[in-house]
Amino acid sequence: MSTMAVPDVAVAQVDEGFWTRTRRIGAVLLALGVLAAVLFGALATDQQARFTLSETEGGAALEINGTIGAILFGVIAAAAGAALMAGVPKRWFTVLLGVGLVAFVLSFLCWQVSAAPEGRNFMPLVNMVRGTFVLALPLIFGALAGVLCERSGVVNVAIEGQLLMGAFSGALFGSLSGSVWVGLVAAAIGGAFISLLLAVFAIRYLVDQVVMGIVLNLLAVGITGFLYERLMQTNAEKYNSAPRFSNWEIPLLKDIPVLGPALFRSNIFLYLGLLLVLVIHIALFRTRWGLRTRAVGEHPTAADTLGVKVLGLRYRNVLLAGVVAGIGGASYTLALYSFTKNMIGGKGFIALAALIFGRWSPTGALLAALFFGFADQLGTYLGAIGSSIPSQFLAMLPYLATMLAVAGLVGRVRAPAADGKPYIKG
Amino acid sequence: MEPGEIHALLGENGAGKSTLMNVLYGLYQPDEGEILVDGKPLKLKGPSDAIAAGIGMVHQHFMLVPVFTVAENVMLGAEQVRGGIAGFLDRRRARREVAEVSERYNLRVDPDAVIEDLPVGIQQRVEIVKALTRDVDLLILDEPTAVLTPQETEELLTVMRSLKAAGKSIVFITHKLGEVKAIADRITVIRRGKTVGTASPTASRDELAAKMVGRSVRLTVDKQPAAPGRPILEVAGLVVDDDRRIRAVDGVDLTVHAGEVLGVAGVQGNGQTELIEAIMGLRPLLAGTVTLDGQPVHGWPTKKVLRAGVGYVPEDRSVDGLVKEFSVAENLVLDIYDRPPFGKGLSLKPDAIAKSARERIEQFDVRTPSADAAVGTLSGGNQQKVIVARELSRPLKLFIAAQPTRGVDVGSIEFIHSRVIRERDVGTAVLVVSSELDEVIGLADRIAVMYRGRIIGIVGPDTPREEIGLLMAGVTPETATEAAAPAADAATPAPEGPGSEDEA
Repeated sequence: MSTMAVPDVAVAQVDEGFWTRTRRIGAVLLALGVLAAVLFGALATDQQARFTLSETEGGAALEINGTIGAILFGVIAAAAGAALMAGVPKRWFTVLLGVGLVAFVLSFLCWQVSAAPEGRNFMPLVNMVRGTFVLALPLIFGALAGVLCERSGVVNVAIEGQLLMGAFSGALFGSLSGSVWVGLVAAAIGGAFISLLLAVFAIRYLVDQVVMGIVLNLLAVGITGFLYERLMQTNAEKYNSAPRFSNWEIPLLKDIPVLGPALFRSNIFLYLGLLLVLVIHIALFRTRWGLRTRAVGEHPTAADTLGVKVLGLRYRNVLLAGVVAGIGGASYTLALYSFTKNMIGGKGFIALAALIFGRWSPTGALLAALFFGFADQLGTYLGAIGSSIPSQFLAMLPYLATMLAVAGLVGRVRAPAADGKPYIKG
Repeated sequence: MEPGEIHALLGENGAGKSTLMNVLYGLYQPDEGEILVDGKPLKLKGPSDAIAAGIGMVHQHFMLVPVFTVAENVMLGAEQVRGGIAGFLDRRRARREVAEVSERYNLRVDPDAVIEDLPVGIQQRVEIVKALTRDVDLLILDEPTAVLTPQETEELLTVMRSLKAAGKSIVFITHKLGEVKAIADRITVIRRGKTVGTASPTASRDELAAKMVGRSVRLTVDKQPAAPGRPILEVAGLVVDDDRRIRAVDGVDLTVHAGEVLGVAGVQGNGQTELIEAIMGLRPLLAGTVTLDGQPVHGWPTKKVLRAGVGYVPEDRSVDGLVKEFSVAENLVLDIYDRPPFGKGLSLKPDAIAKSARERIEQFDVRTPSADAAVGTLSGGNQQKVIVARELSRPLKLFIAAQPTRGVDVGSIEFIHSRVIRERDVGTAVLVVSSELDEVIGLADRIAVMYRGRIIGIVGPDTPREEIGLLMAGVTPETATEAAAPAADAATPAPEGPGSEDEA
């Protein structure tokens, strides 16, 4: 008997008692649902809450009585929570959690919309969806830049700086050349420039990657701020009037209700962002490059012993991340606004949050970015209808969500094992 | 190296075995000299050159990505791809390759299993499969048995024999004499970076050991029979989780009496670490009690446990045992720096600390340039002696030593063992945890074998090695009757002397 018969005793399961993670989350959801039904139900008015399928008040709409809607969706959220507590098969967990959270948000909206003053008591869904994506777009690019870097083991805190540098060089060279495409390439190079500094100092000189990232953010603010004041403010005509990408309509898709007008009549950046999510996701999990990238981020020594060039791959990925983030920065200056000082305003850090919340996966990061984008858009909307909820509370949401994610309340979050650790041969 | 030969490279820790092989595998660049393959000099710029030249290596610390599947680990670096420049992975082909190789050499592995879920023995098998799929002619195994149970070791030796039969050459690096004698065709002994001689496997153990360390050594620990007194440490129903919140200790009962050495044997990672840390108050217990000389001590902070008369040698000296940047003298008073005569109120008394340090260095034969030298500059053995000196300088009721001689030279091992026995003889209860079975057999008066968080059996030190080995693999005498392999370990009958593992 050459193969030993070691009895394969199953490792003792951790006995969590009654309060498993599922039950705890179920209890929270139940409480939220009850709160929604009682509080939002009481505060909502008897008016109709209208969700129009257009950009204005008119047209087709989904309607529900405010009080009834608030109570109904609150009850649905509570029911989902109760189901989680009662103990359901594992595969239902995500579905029920999703249903519960969406119902809670809808209950909240029923209250808000029905309580809004006459003439503003409707919610244009097209605007909401479009706004969500527009606000999420820099987060998507930023988080993808984070994925590229961190999956290969380099922490990227410099997303903010990469976005800002991209926005700046896009604006500057777009203005000088008068061509959006030159601007786009310049933006990519600008982002890559910050990345190059990160790569050289983190990979070659083993500087602490988080510290280096923060320094680079400050550097980007400094450089762009200085040049903005010296060049752009004195001669905005010449240096800060970049041409903008026009909106491209996609045949057929543009006619889908709500989604069509919201998404498929946008500029190149939205299409590019969504395409990149798909491409990077497939590349990361299905190609040789992806396998090697993940290996280098998890166990660089193992990759090295198999002939993978660890440092080369890290350089390449960090530069690529800069290119992606640079283009993300240009989604501001080559489509929406002219450059202003520190115009990214912390989006790079929320992108970092989206990266963690999305568990270092491109699709996860996309969903997290959309969630943060929605919170942002909701804040804007509530401000517009004169809601009693201060918009600052919604602005806190991304950070709050990230804290919960990092604390492990939404499933186990595990960074690549070698993330942030410089690789030294031998 | 001849084709189809198993060549053992024997040497102490730090003798330069691993470095030599890392050069051969292209990980390090040689400062001088050359490597000849088939009579031609070979210049290795990196591991990929070595692989191309038909050299494969199984490292002491496995080079596997824990979150990848077996197939992904095997194909990494030599991926079969489709789709031109995009390079899509051909997973089906990788899986087939794994299946083929494991079939041919009888190395059963599941290509879709995730590495971190596999036991160490299987992980090692994956490493071998990984090398074999790269068509190597020469396979280097660096300390392959350090983490294996005796049975897994026997299995590995079988695999090595079948590889040899298939015409592969193997370099087998180890410091364990028994295994060398069991399998090697030729033996080269290395000491301090130099070849000190070759030997045939028929050479006696003592002869090999003497070559290895450069002088003759005693392979057993001298001691009188124990005179156990009252129970000092009583552990009952202890349940502890590890850092990943997985149950590590699952209902352990233990008693250590005054004046005896209780040895805890077991393959690494079966809960020994967590057991000791729980006793020391370094890790929360989920259930159970720990009693020291009749007084419950569970839930006490570590400092209070230490002050109650417990000496503790942690298993990882560089992380838990010493502050590397501090001087030898400072490290010697880490536990009592705030007590007279070393400290008073907010101040330390440097003169008292220095004086006591000189005495300890003398008593415990610590080889250091001075008491002010940073402890990190000393050799592993001398660092360990600093810890032992510190812990044995207080009046103790209980002395706990975890892996007391890991990565320590033979001379220091002898010294540390004699101090442990001397401590026992003055009536201290001693608990020794070691993954070196020979060390446990040599020191202990009773041996508790730990397997998957439980004490699976308590036996006397005269129990045959094979029986303890089976216990370490989770086979108790009752189940063994049907499952045990026939006297597997015939090659290593006698305690072979305190070996130790390269961890440093």
